[in-house]
Amino acid sequence: MFAVENGLQGDPRLKAISDAIRVIPHFPKTGIMFQDITTLLLDPVAFKHVVDIFVDRYKHMNISLVAGVEARGFIFGPPIALAIGAKFIPLRKPGKLPGKVISEEYELEYGRDRLEMSVEAVKSDERALVIDDLVATGGTLSASISLLERAGAEVVECACVVGLPKFKGQCKLKGKPLYVLVEPSQFDELTL
Amino acid sequence: MSQNEVNDPRIDGIKTKIRVVPDFPKKGIMFQDITTLLLDPKAFKDTIDLFVEKYRDMNISVVAGIEARGFIFGSPIALAIGAKFVPLRKPKKLPGQIIFEEYELEYGSDRLEMHVEAVDSGDRALVVDDLIATGGTLCAAMDLLKRVGAEVVECACVIELPELKGRERLEGKPLYVLVEYR
Repeated sequence: MFAVENGLQGDPRLKAISDAIRVIPHFPKTGIMFQDITTLLLDPVAFKHVVDIFVDRYKHMNISLVAGVEARGFIFGPPIALAIGAKFIPLRKPGKLPGKVISEEYELEYGRDRLEMSVEAVKSDERALVIDDLVATGGTLSASISLLERAGAEVVECACVVGLPKFKGQCKLKGKPLYVLVEPSQFDELTL
Repeated sequence: MSQNEVNDPRIDGIKTKIRVVPDFPKKGIMFQDITTLLLDPKAFKDTIDLFVEKYRDMNISVVAGIEARGFIFGSPIALAIGAKFVPLRKPKKLPGQIIFEEYELEYGSDRLEMHVEAVDSGDRALVVDDLIATGGTLCAAMDLLKRVGAEVVECACVIELPELKGRERLEGKPLYVLVEYR
């Protein structure tokens, strides 16, 4: 579900967010139109809009845990967690987390990877939000949902700044709703 | 109270939340695990508040966070003080035009990259990471910012390992830390 389908139609913040995202053609390989959110982070007003919109949505949903996917989920997840008073849990590449971890393999839009989570971080009956910058195939988010459910948490929703149009409407990932702010920005050849 | 630790009642609460894991990622390393701090919303908020209170009136225009744990602390600080957030990343993650700096870690060596257009002269920068050990990573971060003409105002970390003398490698730039581990 996109923000425009859920009460934010015409909200000027969404255009500001979309305009701030830069498109890099053929990165990391030919054919991929890379949605570069680093330009959004250089615009403090637009970056704050992103966090505000997510916080407004989640602050009354009794979320106890925000799980951010390494590494760009570490940029958006913590400010949301702080604002809604939830724990922040990093979902990390292999070998980075100390202590007892569980892991889940998944396929990316471009490659394969494995995600790890600290088992001690999650109590059963937690209500979790998963955050990443972008959803393409849904592979990373699906792996994240699996990790949290295996540890006994309930995943309430997955949230991303950018998502492919196929995630409109009631599209779910592993049965969980998805909330997306904007569609991918288009590459403007005139700016070359 | 150690020499460079901040004197504030919130510090004890922060210090007790950091978990020390022996022999990770390899034998002999006493790993400072900040993920347990992130599980305590009050202690995490106190951590960010302490940095924000220090920097919000210092005209910082850029917060540069070192991948990946520097993102967790740097991003909320940037938002709270109205500064740009610039991720300093491992190789090949940033698209577009980048510059890079090689450096040695406490355990290994690596390379840090930054977008050239993200920062310029006239920017006043704060560098953020979760921890300073030998200072190699922070030095590389400072060098990247200086190469594009920015002024590095200060480096800020949650934890310092003073015995590794990283503070002395920062070419006189101030270092602000909340907790020391000896």
